[in-house]
Amino acid sequence: MQRENHRRFKFDWAIILLFLLLVFFGWVNILSASHEGEITSYFDMSQPYGKQGVFIILTIVLIIAILSVEAKFYERFSSIIYLASLLSLVGLFIAGKNVNGATSWYGIGGMTLQPSEFAKFATALAVAKYISDLQTDIKTFKDQLRTLLIIILPAVLILLQNDAGSTIVYAAFFFVFYREGLQHIYLISAILLILVAVLALKYGIVVTGVVLITIALITNFTLRKRKPPILKSLIVIVAGIAIAFGVKFFYTSILKPHQQNRISLWLRLEKDPAKLEQMKKTILYNLNESEKAISSGGPLGKGFLEGTRTTGKFVPEQHTDYIFSTVGEEWGFLGTSIVVILFVMLIVRILYLAESQKTQFSRVYGYAVASILFVHFTINTGMVMGLIPTVGIPLPFFSYGGSGLWGFTILLFIFVKLDSNKINEW
Amino acid sequence: MRKLFLLMTVIGVGLIFLARLYYLQIHNTESYNVLEDNAVRKVYDYPKRGYVYDRNGVLLVANQPSYDVMVIPREVEALDTLEFCNLLKITKEDFIKKYNRTYRYSPRLPQVFVSHLAKEDYAVLQEKMRKFDGFYIQKRSLRSYQTSIGANVLGDIAEVNQSTLNKNSYYRSGDLIGNQGVEKTYEKTLRGVKGIKFIQKDRFNKNIGPFKEGTLDTLSQPGKDITITIDASLQEYGELLMKNKRGGIIAIEPSSGEILAMISGPSYNPNLLVGRERSKNFTELYRDSIAKPLFDRSLQAMYPPGSPFKTLNALIALQEGVVTTQERFSCAMGYRYGNRKMGCHAHSSPVNMNLGIAESCNAYFANVYRRIIDKYDKPSIGMDKWSKHIKSFGLGNYLNNDLSVGQPGKVPDSKKYNRDYGKDKWYTTFTISNAIGQGEVLATPIQLANMAAAIGNRGFYYTPHIIKNIQNDTIPSKYTTRKETTIDKRHFEPVIQGMFDVYNKGTAETLQIPGIEICGKTGTAENFAIVDSVKTQLTDHSIFVAFAPKDNPKIAIAVFIENGYFGSRFAGRMASLMIEKHIKGEISRTDMEDWILTHSLENEYAKPHSGEPFKINRETTLQIVDKDDVKLTIEPPIKS
Repeated sequence: MQRENHRRFKFDWAIILLFLLLVFFGWVNILSASHEGEITSYFDMSQPYGKQGVFIILTIVLIIAILSVEAKFYERFSSIIYLASLLSLVGLFIAGKNVNGATSWYGIGGMTLQPSEFAKFATALAVAKYISDLQTDIKTFKDQLRTLLIIILPAVLILLQNDAGSTIVYAAFFFVFYREGLQHIYLISAILLILVAVLALKYGIVVTGVVLITIALITNFTLRKRKPPILKSLIVIVAGIAIAFGVKFFYTSILKPHQQNRISLWLRLEKDPAKLEQMKKTILYNLNESEKAISSGGPLGKGFLEGTRTTGKFVPEQHTDYIFSTVGEEWGFLGTSIVVILFVMLIVRILYLAESQKTQFSRVYGYAVASILFVHFTINTGMVMGLIPTVGIPLPFFSYGGSGLWGFTILLFIFVKLDSNKINEW
Repeated sequence: MRKLFLLMTVIGVGLIFLARLYYLQIHNTESYNVLEDNAVRKVYDYPKRGYVYDRNGVLLVANQPSYDVMVIPREVEALDTLEFCNLLKITKEDFIKKYNRTYRYSPRLPQVFVSHLAKEDYAVLQEKMRKFDGFYIQKRSLRSYQTSIGANVLGDIAEVNQSTLNKNSYYRSGDLIGNQGVEKTYEKTLRGVKGIKFIQKDRFNKNIGPFKEGTLDTLSQPGKDITITIDASLQEYGELLMKNKRGGIIAIEPSSGEILAMISGPSYNPNLLVGRERSKNFTELYRDSIAKPLFDRSLQAMYPPGSPFKTLNALIALQEGVVTTQERFSCAMGYRYGNRKMGCHAHSSPVNMNLGIAESCNAYFANVYRRIIDKYDKPSIGMDKWSKHIKSFGLGNYLNNDLSVGQPGKVPDSKKYNRDYGKDKWYTTFTISNAIGQGEVLATPIQLANMAAAIGNRGFYYTPHIIKNIQNDTIPSKYTTRKETTIDKRHFEPVIQGMFDVYNKGTAETLQIPGIEICGKTGTAENFAIVDSVKTQLTDHSIFVAFAPKDNPKIAIAVFIENGYFGSRFAGRMASLMIEKHIKGEISRTDMEDWILTHSLENEYAKPHSGEPFKINRETTLQIVDKDDVKLTIEPPIKS
């Protein structure tokens, strides 16, 4: 009996507290961003903030359910959950509902449900299950391909529904693989690939080549091996230049104009002020307005419900993807830095707990949770403050939307459950 | 390494984001100002602009409504274009052009479609306005001038320009602001304070409700009415006399410094600068570089003051004790110094001070002037003393009053001559023209009128000003503070007697008014212009300075008529008529009035521009014009 009590309260309260803070502050900002005129009731179901309030209350029920289930259930049923999730994604091609150009929703009554939000935790479970299998060795190419397949399947399905933003999130699993033993060369290659792409677009092929040669020379000298890996270096340089050409070709010939523009803006490729001014009114409109809203907040913000640009709905999609600009306008630097710090604390806490797990399944899953939250947070806030090209994904726990909120809640609280169970693992 | 990679990345990203937020929200922002926030619409409530009355309570400037047809392009629905165009009196092409222009500017913003509708068009249009979606009528308040006189006094209002917008945050683009005259100098008093209503708008520029429940909104404060010192009937009369002439007249009440009349010729009807034709008319006036109607000759034109200036030299000589009133100097048709000669006209010789002033003898004043400057070892000391005395009469500097324009004039001192000739390398004779108000001396008509007032007051003046009364307010104390000249009161009587004798037996003998003792001084000033790049002498300017009556003067006046030849010909007559009009309220000498009204100087002004050789002064004949059938519209105040 005593032991039962002990187990029940072994949940990590720090995570739960951070989660509650984020959800509550998120709702406060959705209220600001979405209210029209007088606020009659905080649960006015005709308004986004009212709906979100209901979603949040339902979330509590959901959490209790998740925490009540036996921890082993998630590991045992991970494959089934994964398959069910894939099926739900496939089903969209038959019964999906098109919103804003993406076929990512099921319409159920007056409500809509977005299965891609739930596919994340399902994929995380499947990846954890596969990697933690005794026969799996992530260092082998065969197993690397198989784990990749687990990720690729939902990612491709989502991409086919025209939701490129949610697809990018699956890159988060790279962090998980790396933690579990993926060779360094992948990480180095990834960093080099990003470097080459940025250099090629911003400064051209010649500069890229020069930089690559310089890097090769420096590494050869610093390694001080008797036989410098000249051949390897040459391959890297040639491959790098080939990739640079490829990136250029991809940018100019394959990307659609609006995608080109996003990248061109991000890398500050457009120098013509007249054209920039024109862009500010068209594709840059959202970003420009959100940056203005954030800037206008100043150190302490204009106060709750006092944001003029928020109240005036100057930032489109403000209660969903651009919710962070509301924080910026109404709560100022104080509010935005608190949100950033809360997210960092949450992710760091998850990573810390993941490392302390006794089973590989729990650890991998924890890493997946941290990585997914990290990628969402980085892309969303980075985009709103103009550091990252525009990619439409929500800010976890903050953005308006039931599917998103529930998806992230399930993702997080399965880990909370797994973590609470580590005392029973031998 | 593997364990720490994601951790480090997360913390790194967190720090980068904090830095970016710091840059966006703290480093990169100015403090928040709701007026600059384009998410909040500011709706201004413009108060009634104050009225302007003359000293006798005659309403000069009021307000009138004006109607603009406004359009919100994208709300325009299919309409009967023909009917609409007929109502607005525009063509269909105009309609299409205007519509496209406003649509291109912004489909959502209300913009002016046709401005300043005529009242009768408005009445008809208003009935049918509901048929035309997207159009509405907006009322504005414009000035309404109740007279056709005093354009230079009253001024006008115009849309505020960019440089004012940059300097003064009160004004918004499109606001009206005083542009000239009292509208400009009393802008703040007349305009009042506009009220602001803050309205929250959305990104489509749609109003969605009051901002912060209207707690920041302010109410407007109406502009205050002002009473100006101008006597409208005298002003009107002066403008009538000024017809077909160029020059300026200033009349001042010596006991208060109040400006009774301020006439600049040529002038224009102030109503030209109101309404639909405003900018066209303004440009026309502005571009007239020959007659320069926007140039206020009574305030801005700096002329050599000529003989009236001699009275000051007489006063200084007495103050400095270099002559007595009875000391006599001989004049042989002029004054010889070295191998040069300053000419004079025929009169009895020798003359004392009284005759010197009455006959305006150049030789007398050359002698007196030399004594003033040569009183000390070096002429520079005498010159500076002289200069200080002159400046104490308000000459040689801005009067610093409430008129929108002004000029400082010129009074030389030793610095000027040291600069021109080298330190102490000059002699009094170099500057002898100053003795008779030529040379390096320049003054505006208002400065000369003020000089006459100071003489009439026997040694003091009040800064000439135009404000008499502000509704619920007092006028600035600097206009009610006496300013003393450096001449003792006792020295004035002989000079004033001399000016009185100008009328009794001197150069203005013909201009006497029965029953009024006038003290005056004629002046004739040589002047030159560049004609076809040759410096050419033109007909002399006709100048007259006077005050009346001799004791407790009620009016001091300066009249300056460009190229009017000798002082008593135009300026003297006009000054005399103005004085009579002011003191008696009516004109007894209608023959003199007729002479002024029928003699024009227009062909005199046309000469230098004709391209043909021309004669000046004595060899000219005056152009006779028909007397227009003019009627004075403003009743003069009843004289007790």
